[in-house]
Amino acid sequence: MYRVLICNGTGCQSGGAVSTTETIRKEIEKLSLSDKVAVVPTGCHGMCEMGPIVVIYPEGWFYCRVSAEDAVTIVKEHIAGGKPAEHLMFREPNGKTVHTYKELPFYNRQKRIALRNCGQINPDNIDEYIANKGYEALTKALTQMTPESIIEVVKKSELRGRGGGGFPTGLKWSFCAKTLGLKKYVICNADEGDPGAFMDRSILEGDPHSIIEGMAIGAYAMGADEAYVYCRAEYPLAIKRLRTAITQAEKHGFTGNKILGTNFCFHIHIKEGAGAFVCGEETALMASIEGARGMPRPRPPFPAVSGLWGKPTNINNVETWANIPQIIINGPEWYASMGTEESKGTKVFALTGKVKHTGLVEVPMGIPIREIIMDIGGGILNDKKFKAVQIGGPSGGCLPEEYLDTPVSYEDLTKLGAIMGSGGLVVMDEDNCMVDVAKFFLEFTQRESCGKCVPCREGTKKMLDILTRICDGEGKPNDIEKLIYIGENVKNASLCGLGQTAPNPVLTTIKYFRKEYEEHIFNKKCPAGNCHALLSITITEACKGCGKCKKVCPVNAISGNIKEVHIIDDSTCVKCGACLDSCPFRAIRKM
Amino acid sequence: MINIVINNKPFEIDNAGNMTIMEAARRKGIHIPYLCDKPFLKPVGACRICLVEIEGNPKLLPACSTPVSNGMVIHTHSERVISVRRAVIELLLIRHPLKCFSCYSNGKCELQDVAYELGIESSPFTEEGDECDKFELDNNNPFYERDLNKCILCGRCIRVCHEKAQIHAIDFQYRGISAAVQPARSLEESCVFCGQCVQVCPVGALSERASKGRGRPWELSTVKTTCSYCGVGCALEIKVNIKTRVIANVVTNPGSRITQNKGRSCVKGRFAWQFIESPDRVKKPLIRGKNGILEEASWEEAYKYIADSMNVIKEENGPDSIGFFSSARCTNEENYLLQKFARQVIGTNNIDHCAHL
Repeated sequence: MYRVLICNGTGCQSGGAVSTTETIRKEIEKLSLSDKVAVVPTGCHGMCEMGPIVVIYPEGWFYCRVSAEDAVTIVKEHIAGGKPAEHLMFREPNGKTVHTYKELPFYNRQKRIALRNCGQINPDNIDEYIANKGYEALTKALTQMTPESIIEVVKKSELRGRGGGGFPTGLKWSFCAKTLGLKKYVICNADEGDPGAFMDRSILEGDPHSIIEGMAIGAYAMGADEAYVYCRAEYPLAIKRLRTAITQAEKHGFTGNKILGTNFCFHIHIKEGAGAFVCGEETALMASIEGARGMPRPRPPFPAVSGLWGKPTNINNVETWANIPQIIINGPEWYASMGTEESKGTKVFALTGKVKHTGLVEVPMGIPIREIIMDIGGGILNDKKFKAVQIGGPSGGCLPEEYLDTPVSYEDLTKLGAIMGSGGLVVMDEDNCMVDVAKFFLEFTQRESCGKCVPCREGTKKMLDILTRICDGEGKPNDIEKLIYIGENVKNASLCGLGQTAPNPVLTTIKYFRKEYEEHIFNKKCPAGNCHALLSITITEACKGCGKCKKVCPVNAISGNIKEVHIIDDSTCVKCGACLDSCPFRAIRKM
Repeated sequence: MINIVINNKPFEIDNAGNMTIMEAARRKGIHIPYLCDKPFLKPVGACRICLVEIEGNPKLLPACSTPVSNGMVIHTHSERVISVRRAVIELLLIRHPLKCFSCYSNGKCELQDVAYELGIESSPFTEEGDECDKFELDNNNPFYERDLNKCILCGRCIRVCHEKAQIHAIDFQYRGISAAVQPARSLEESCVFCGQCVQVCPVGALSERASKGRGRPWELSTVKTTCSYCGVGCALEIKVNIKTRVIANVVTNPGSRITQNKGRSCVKGRFAWQFIESPDRVKKPLIRGKNGILEEASWEEAYKYIADSMNVIKEENGPDSIGFFSSARCTNEENYLLQKFARQVIGTNNIDHCAHL
């Protein structure tokens, strides 16, 4: 009996997983193997770059980048023939073939709690979730625990909000539970807007029932009976699967009225976001659910006192909710045994940038950043030199190599000027210009600022203006001081988390890579060779006059006769770098 | 009663309830500058000028929306507060036009006041390309002008439109640096021109067209009056230029608890005061003489003339030969009296009312 898991997350689907799944189904039918093989479309495995991913159990054979053609081979050779198709398996950079899931360094160093079911079960089938201890925690909570004892357990587990703020979840719940009110709400914040972060999407797509279960437990503990999942509309698959899951949970009596024969009632709605990053901020999110413009408001009053429609409300992020059922089943001590003194449990990171293996990884808190990048991520792409890692999404900070051994925890990252944020990890190598990186992230936060408070609205724009002109080679001598002055004040004076963290990429790159800024401003040079306006591309004496560069130049900036040294006209050159790649003699230099 | 400390001085606050730091400070005579707050509107904490330092809290908090609590130690003008406040004004002034001489609000501009208080003349960050002429002057309606280049997006106009006028004519549009206060489609379609937004604008983004050149804010004296347009009886404050004795504009008192309109007004009450200066205005009673020409008379003469004429008509032709026509400009009581007069004194049911303005 084989169990064929085919990843059908958004990443793998865009890589062709839908046709892979179809082909495998058809082939199995053709060979009349249907009663011996279960084909299970699953959620995300995390290693999206290698998708579509197919895993065949019981042994856990791991196939990657499986096209429809490969699928035919796998069914014929492996499933029908009993001989695993080794040539379709994952090959490590050193040439070693990895056979099974467990052998893969990307997976075997992870500790998957929030992602435990992602890639393992069919998210559209509630029975598979139940078979994997699903809804056991809800049953335990409703039948054996009081609301107070649930909050006590969550407090003891020392779980902290995974949306970025890191506020102790149990404490937050106790505030909402304490507020008197006949009507209370719980909200799941699934407005995952950080570019490059997709852990919430993965959980919603791969294990939607864990969110429903977590929210039901939370609602019971706090005395709420209605819930909203605020999910960004850019996640159609997540919304579809969540909708299916809600319908199934209702049919099975895990949501609705008188759940599991108790007096607890719980209804859940989905609200689709309209594409504003700032709606991930809790007060803006609630305004958006109410139908108002998504703008944050000052706290107090906190949502636990006056939230959605003025009622006591508790908001937690997807990843936080997904942890709850496991904490209830396994106990708070189990959860608190992982992590550091102040940050317990595990955290999902979205590893991207210049690493060999990008994707979603869930690791225990406290492991060094180096381990995530070098071991799980497999090191820097093309074996280049590591330069910096940007942690915490667009408003996180950039840390240089000397801080690579920092353990990932809320405190340690904040101390260095970065933040945990939603858990984005963007790795940068020697080719990345840090001024350009700061500019890139500020472009994002500046565009997404809601415009309500002065420091964020005006400050992010001015900082972006300054960064742009530095990259354009027009930096002025006191620009660094100006950036620090504006950045610090935007951090201190802004109304919500967006503005309070937006200057982080600028301030940390100045703190750790000030030389690079100075090079741009005073010497009009970009050491990483990234800022177009500061580049000059020249042809050296090594040129043999083959003319290849001349052919690829899109703007005809290169002139010269065959077998003579060619020349680039700097005023016409657009610094695209096409000539650099085309030269067989490495005679062209970027300066 | 709670005890708090503001700027190292202890204070006792009675009936604190949900009182904000701003309110408590105001009550104790301590000035905290602000731009987006207005006592009669819900606080939004947008301008970040009123940020204060509270001991034990690492963040600066807006005084306008943070409630006071017992034992709170507040610094409204500490070094940290002042430096952040300065920075916020410096950022706010990047794109704000500084043509204060020609500005309608010069002298009552709250941005000017805060900048003056902090000793800021212009933003050190203004550079070429920081446009403050992006928006065209909107003077499409006869009542007020909108110069969005001067707008600081405090949102007072939006809140007064939503909370007081309840018209919802305007709201923020777009995001970030592009954010602007705009009507959904056009002002003419949604706005009732009650002018409350103009009155709360802290800068010169909204200004009354008819008031141009009629007096600087410091040249105006206030005359309290009741609006004569209808029977509602709104309390108005007419601003009169003390040098020229002409009316500059009409405002209301939104903080008032005793007036009937509580700061609200309609388009007529606020903007249609020009009739006062009309040469056609009848200021004294006139009686048409034998040759058909109206001649000035005293009130005694006029009333006597009316009473005598009525008596003659009633005697000669009976009470039903007289009809009365009342006005919506009168109060209910006045209308009641007139019908009483018609029925009881004259003895006719010929009484009607215009029922429109």
